[in-house]
Order: sequence, then structure tokens, then C-alpha cells
Amino acid sequence: MTGVEREQSMRRPIRRVSTLLLVMFLGLFGSSTMIQAVQADSLHADPRNTRTLYDSFAVERGSIVVDGVQVALSTPSNDEFEWQREYPMGPLYAPVTGYNTLGQGNTGIEGAMNAELTGSANSQFLDQILATLTGQDPAGSSVELTIDHDAQQAAADALGGREGAVVALDPETGDVLAMYSSPTFDPNAFASHNTAAVTETYNQLLADPEQPLQNRAIAGDLYYPGSVFKLVTVAAALESGRFDMQSEFDNPETLTLPQSTSEVRNASREACGPGEQATLETSLVLSCNIPIAQLGQELGQDALAEQAAAFGYGQPLDIPLDVTPSSYPTGLDEAQTMLTAFGQYDVRVTPLQVAMTTAAIANDGTMMRPNMVDRVLAPNLDVLDDPEPTIQGNPISAETAAALRGAMELGVSEGLASNAAIPGVTVGGKTGTAETGENNEPFNLWFTGYGETDDRSVAVAVVVVPDENIVGDTSNVIAAPIGRAVIEAVLNS
Amino acid sequence: MTDRTAPSALQTGIVQLRDVTEAIRVRIRNPAKLRNLELFLLVIAWVIAGGAMVLVQLGALQRVDLFPLQLAAGLGILTLALHIALRIVAREADAIILPVATVLNGLGIAMIYRIDIAEGVTGWDAASMRQITWTGIALVVAIAAIVVVRNHRVLARYRFLAMAIAIILLVLPLVPGIGRTINGATVWIGIGSIVSLQPGELAKIALAIFFAGYLMTARDSLSVVGRKVLGIRFPRLRDLGPILIVWGMCMLVLVFQRDLGTSMLYFGLFLVMIYVATGRRSWMFIGVGLVALGGIAAYFVLGYVQRRIDAWIHAFDQSVYEAQGGSFQIVQGVFGMAHGGLLGTGLGLGRPDITPYANSDYIIPSLGEELGLAGIFAILGLYLILVSRGVRVGFQGPDDFTKLLAVGLAFAIGLQVFIVVGGVTRLIPLTGLTTPFLAAGGSSLLANWLIVALLLRLSDSVRGRGIA
Repeated sequence: MTGVEREQSMRRPIRRVSTLLLVMFLGLFGSSTMIQAVQADSLHADPRNTRTLYDSFAVERGSIVVDGVQVALSTPSNDEFEWQREYPMGPLYAPVTGYNTLGQGNTGIEGAMNAELTGSANSQFLDQILATLTGQDPAGSSVELTIDHDAQQAAADALGGREGAVVALDPETGDVLAMYSSPTFDPNAFASHNTAAVTETYNQLLADPEQPLQNRAIAGDLYYPGSVFKLVTVAAALESGRFDMQSEFDNPETLTLPQSTSEVRNASREACGPGEQATLETSLVLSCNIPIAQLGQELGQDALAEQAAAFGYGQPLDIPLDVTPSSYPTGLDEAQTMLTAFGQYDVRVTPLQVAMTTAAIANDGTMMRPNMVDRVLAPNLDVLDDPEPTIQGNPISAETAAALRGAMELGVSEGLASNAAIPGVTVGGKTGTAETGENNEPFNLWFTGYGETDDRSVAVAVVVVPDENIVGDTSNVIAAPIGRAVIEAVLNS
Repeated sequence: MTDRTAPSALQTGIVQLRDVTEAIRVRIRNPAKLRNLELFLLVIAWVIAGGAMVLVQLGALQRVDLFPLQLAAGLGILTLALHIALRIVAREADAIILPVATVLNGLGIAMIYRIDIAEGVTGWDAASMRQITWTGIALVVAIAAIVVVRNHRVLARYRFLAMAIAIILLVLPLVPGIGRTINGATVWIGIGSIVSLQPGELAKIALAIFFAGYLMTARDSLSVVGRKVLGIRFPRLRDLGPILIVWGMCMLVLVFQRDLGTSMLYFGLFLVMIYVATGRRSWMFIGVGLVALGGIAAYFVLGYVQRRIDAWIHAFDQSVYEAQGGSFQIVQGVFGMAHGGLLGTGLGLGRPDITPYANSDYIIPSLGEELGLAGIFAILGLYLILVSRGVRVGFQGPDDFTKLLAVGLAFAIGLQVFIVVGGVTRLIPLTGLTTPFLAAGGSSLLANWLIVALLLRLSDSVRGRGIA
């Protein structure tokens, strides 16, 4: 072998080794690309990835503000998560704010507005880039709510420790002025950075038979509306053009349902007023079941279902909290249709749906879309979002609305909703007592109504589930004063 | 010379191609030019390294004080000293190797300092302080090596001494009293509790010298072919001795020191060098066969090898993730790299400290988290440049020993990077090796700067071939 041959013979293996090295490095380029580009998103989503968790907490989460007061805010914490979420008014706003946990989910506004609160919403994209470039710490937007603090406080105080819920709406804008559910919980317990303790709290509350985590105002198991559904039935009657408030129905003490032995009675266990016949107006004011059942029979289930749907039954809604749709049953026989006409059988509602119905009546038949977010403010106080009031629909004509208001105002001034009366204020109302089951389970006691002054109006819905049933006019005694308190709070503020 | 040839061409009126190329070659050979290029690149390297150190502090602490600047200045002075030494004793050495090694060393110190900040350690508790000190020691040794070893061919004469040194370094950790078992691997020696060294890192240089010297003399006999089996010409049986000895040595390392990475590194180094020396692919087949044999045996006999394989294939299984010695660390490293994404969180702004050993074994995921895929590509690119400069000396070296040693050393760096980075990115099973120049650790720095010194010395012998 000569020197030249030798050199040549070594050049070839070295070239091959170079190729091998290149292939090895290409493998490394490939494997790092797989991790950092191709699989990055799924690795991010892995529940064991604590970096994702830290990231979500590194952002100064925006505040949730009611009437200029922070009801949820982030304060600097001395641990690795940098920020501690606090709810200064705790249980009062729990149904509104919900809670925000360390990687175990969030609810309420904390959940529905999470993107805005963490500053990751699309509307904040440019701000985020700018903040990165200028080296500012990331911060989320604050969310100002439509809630009226006085109304919320009044709702909580008036409801006391009883199980139930209160919703108050501004009929003209759809703004949610109060939303309270009882029993409630303290969201501060969920803000702890001790995830084991949070899990324990969650499991405890979940197992609690009183279901404090349920927001009864918009979700949960829903309620039987009882007589507050008569507003829908009478609205359907007036809209049909075949009836007016003076239309008369037979007025017996009991009514046997067709193809059945079941008897319907009025709540008073008497006839509806003195006459042989009772008008629709009297039936609403005294909340009589028998004439309304006859009305339901004449209207039929389709007309009732149509009117309920016009008020929003069956439609999902986010305000931006998700609202469980209320429902009017289908496939009814004649007797069942007659029962649904006064809110029995299988009509299921949220207090929000009842408040929306009343708000549409108070707003001349125009139903505004309920909404809880007043404004979204960027950290630099730029207004990122300022939702305009939007019309949800026109379920009834202005005339129908006026006629219903007349009956509801009579109900307060001389009828079964008398405890809602406020001197100097126009108040209309309707009570309801829904019998919820066979075993003498506690009734759902309802009040829905509105109050108007020259410059302000409010519609409320109140539901109370008492510990046990008491004989007597309980919804007027228990539910109506709660409605009055909230109406007063809104009109006085 | 230029003055002489150029007029002659003009005088004859014929511009001869040879004259022109000669003129260009002389220009490029001009040593000052090569060293000036090196200085220019070195300044860029200092700016990158110093910038990284300052940005780490700015990102993590939102302030800047003198400490990162002191680190940067230390690195600058030390590498400048090596540069000056090259101007005097190795004027035609490769101009790119030193700046690349400087950037890698500097990025390593920056990331080590970043982890120090996260762990809240300062002074001599800070790994970054120890790393800059070790950089100093490593560069002093490297300069000494360059100055003392003027003609590296002399090293070939001491090949058996090199072998002896390699074996002593390898067995040192097994000697009672000075051996240390850290994280399950008995690859450390320590005196008291102060200094811990991984002699295996230095042993790889001694081994490369021994292999180069031995193969230089033995390549003719090793090239002789024996019988042909399955279409491959195998070497004679009696020539199989050396490869079996090296293989046995690596298996001993695997069994007694529980160090899979070092074992793979040594054997891969030997295989590539014997292949380069003989040009016979059959050596590769024999080697791969032996690796497979050893690997399969190790998998069934050694529990820790089995766990490593499990942690590689089933890294995301909850049971493997939670197991002692399972995949927790790998997965955390992968999460870190994913967290960095394409562009990284920015220096000082990620959370690399979540991953255990974020400044040593896992410094690549740490850098990947804060510098992103872009940063990882840049770092891998730097390694590729470094390795290719070494291989280039292998192509152009004036003699067998130079070629073999250059290819061997370059391949050792490349293979080590592959084993470490491949391990943390789940290309191959994870084995404990240090990332050259980046990872915190004195022995590794010392060994890699010595390799740089040797490559520079070897490249200086490539006369008249310029910088291309």
C-alpha cells in the first residue's frame, strides 16, 4: 500500500463517519422538534405538567368588580404561585363569581370569563404581545358586573338561611342586578394553593345534601313553577286573540279532570270569588287554578308550548354563565295539559326564566337578553368589551303586557301578592306554590314581580323551598317580602 | 513570495493558474489572518455568552448587578489567554473551534447561574461560581497542553502509557476510600467532601490516544481479511483480540460502575476508530453484534438497565412515571422543552428548576425551555460545527495518527452529545453523561477543553490548507 492509497482508503471511512454524525444530529433535530413543536400542545395539556399550572397563576388574574368594589381579586402571595385569589365577600357572591382553583377547574364568572381574566382572550392578543416586548408582567383584564350590590345584599339578607334563589333583572336592558342562591359556599376555600385541601373541600360540598355548590338561580335541578306559570298561560290566551282579561270561566269549587278521577281545587279550597263565573283577571289576582285549567284545556298544549318557547323555554342561554333551559313538557293528554296551565305536572323552570318572563311583561312585551357583564377593562383601563343591551325576542304584544301588568298590580294591591307592596311605587306581582311531589315534599314557594318608578324598573323572581310545609298562604308570607326587599333595594340605590 | 511570483507572471505575460492559486494559498496561510478571524469570532462569542448571563439575571431578578459581568469577564480573560497562546505556539490552528467552545461554555455558565438564582444559592454554594472556576482550571490545563505538546505525534509513542492511564482512571472510582457512588453510578472519586471528579471523562481522551496509536501500527494486520461469511469479509480470528478486550472493559464499566452512557461512549469510540483505520465494515458489524449481545444480556441481568428502557418506552405511563428511578425526570424535562416551544420563555423567565438536575444532566431541556427550539437548534448547530472542524482535521491530517486521533476526538464529542440529547429528548434511552461544555461539572469541562486543545494542536499540523 502506498501512502496515497492509504490516504485515500482512510478518506472514505471518514466520509462515512461524517455521514453517521450528520444522521445522528438530524435525529436530535427531529426529536427536539417533535417535543417543542409537534407535541408541544398535548404535552402542555398533560395534567402532570406543573408548568402549565404555574403559568396560569403567574398572570395577575383580573378582578371581578361589583359597583366599583372588587368581589374577587388577586393579591401577591409569598409562594411559588405568585398570586393568591381572594373573595372578600365570600359566600355572598359565590353564585356570581364561582371559584378559581389551582388546576382543578373554575366556575361562575371565574370560569365563563377565564380568558379575559387571564388576559388570554383574543381581544387582548395585541396587548399581550406588547407586554411581552416591553417586558411587563402579564396581567388579566378586570370584569365589571351588572350586579347591584344593594340588591344582592338584600336578596341574601331576605332569603336568610332558607333554601332558594333570587334573580333580579333590569327589564329595559337585561342587566342581571342580583343573583343569589342559598345555601351557598365560601369560594376562598377553593383558592387555597393546597390542592389536597381544595379537593377535600370540594368533595365535602359535593356530598352535602343541601347542595351548596348548585347555583339554583340558573341551574341545578330546576323548580316547578306552580302559579307563576299562569302568566305564560294567560299571555298565550291574550295573544291568541280569543280571550281578554274579562273572559269568563266556570267557577266550581272542584273540577274533575277529563278521563280521570283527579280533582283540581283552588289554593283557597273555595270558589274563585263570589260569582258563578270568574274572569281571567280575577283568576290571576286570586291565583285560582280551576278557571286557568279550563283555559289551558281550550288553548291546548301547542299554544302553551309555543308561548313558553317565546318566553325562552327550551333555549340554552349564556349570560355568560351557562343557564339550564327551562322546559315545557310534550306529548300531554288533556288532563296533563290542564295541570300544566297552572304550573303543575312537568313544567320545570329556573328562577332566571321566571324573572325573564316578568321582565318582558314589565318592558311592554320586549324581552331583553339577560347579561351579567357590564364592561371588560384591560390592565391599562382600556375598555375591551362593553356589551350593548340586546333584544332576545318579543314574546307578547305591548297590549298583552299592559293587560298582564294590570292584573299583577291588582294582585299586589288587593290580591294574593299583597306583601310585595311598596308605598309610592308601582309594584306588580304573582305568587306561586308548586306541589312538588307525592310524599308531601316541601313546596316551591314563588314570587315574581316588578317595581317601577319614573326612572327605574326592576323585575324579580324568588323561589324558596321551606324546611317543611306550613298550612296557609305561605308564598305571600315568605316569598313576596323577599321580592319586595330586592325591588326596594334596586329602586332606592 | 507574493512579491516574487506576481511580477514573474507579469513579466512573462502569461498568468499561470498555479501562480494565482499559490498566491491565494499564501494569503490564507498568513497566520495573522487566521488568528484575527478567531479573535473576531471570539468577540462575538463573548457578546453572546455575556449577553446570556446578563439576560438571565434581568429575566429572573429584574435587575442587573456586577456578578454576571464578572462571570462573563472571567470567561473572556481565560479564552483570550488561550487565543494569545495560539498566536504564539499554534498560529495555524483552526480559527473556529475556540469561539464555538467559548459560546457553549458561556451558555452553560449562564444557565447554571439561572438555576442558582432559582435555588437561591450564592457565593461558593453557587454552581456557577464553581463552573467559572473549573473553566479557569480547564483553560490553564488546555493552554499548558498546547504549550507543552508542540508535536502531537509524540503522543503516539506513549500509547501504552495512555492505555495504562485510562485503565487507572477507570478503576479509580472502584477503589475504596476515594470512590463515590452518586445517583447510582460509581463513576466519581472524591477527596473528603470537597472535590468530586469523574475520572471517566478524562479517560476517554487517554483511550482515544491509545486507540489512535495502537490502530496506527496495527491497521495493516487488522485490514487483512479472513473468511467470508454471509457476504461479509470478516477479519482473522486472532485479530479479534483487541476489540474483545475493549468490549469486555466496557461491559465491566456497565456492571461495576452502573454507567451505561460511558460504556456506550467508549465502545462507540473504539468501533468508529477501528473502522476508520481499516476501512472494513465487518468491524462495524462485529461491534454492533457485540453491543446487541451485551445490551440484551444487560437488560435481563441488570435491573437498572431494564428500568432505563422502561422509562424510555413507557415514559408517560403513570406507573412508570411514579416509580422510583422511573420516568419522572424525563417527563419533567420534556414538559420543560414543550413549555419553551419554538422561541422559548426567554432567559430567566421559564421554570427549568422544576426538573431535577436542571444544571447538569438536564441542562439541554433547561436551555430548550428558555431559548426554545430555535435555541436548541443553534446549540446543536454549534456542536455540529465543532465536530465537523475535528472531522476536517481527520480528512486533511498529514499522517495516520493525526487523522485517527482527530476523528476519534471529534466523534467522541458528537457521540456524547447524541447520547445525552438523544436521552433527554427520548430518541434513545436515557443514560447519565454530561453535555460537553454546557453541563455543570469540573471533570467534564477539563476533559472537553483538553479535547479542544488537542484538536487545535492537530489542526495546526494541517499546513497550507487554510480555513476552508
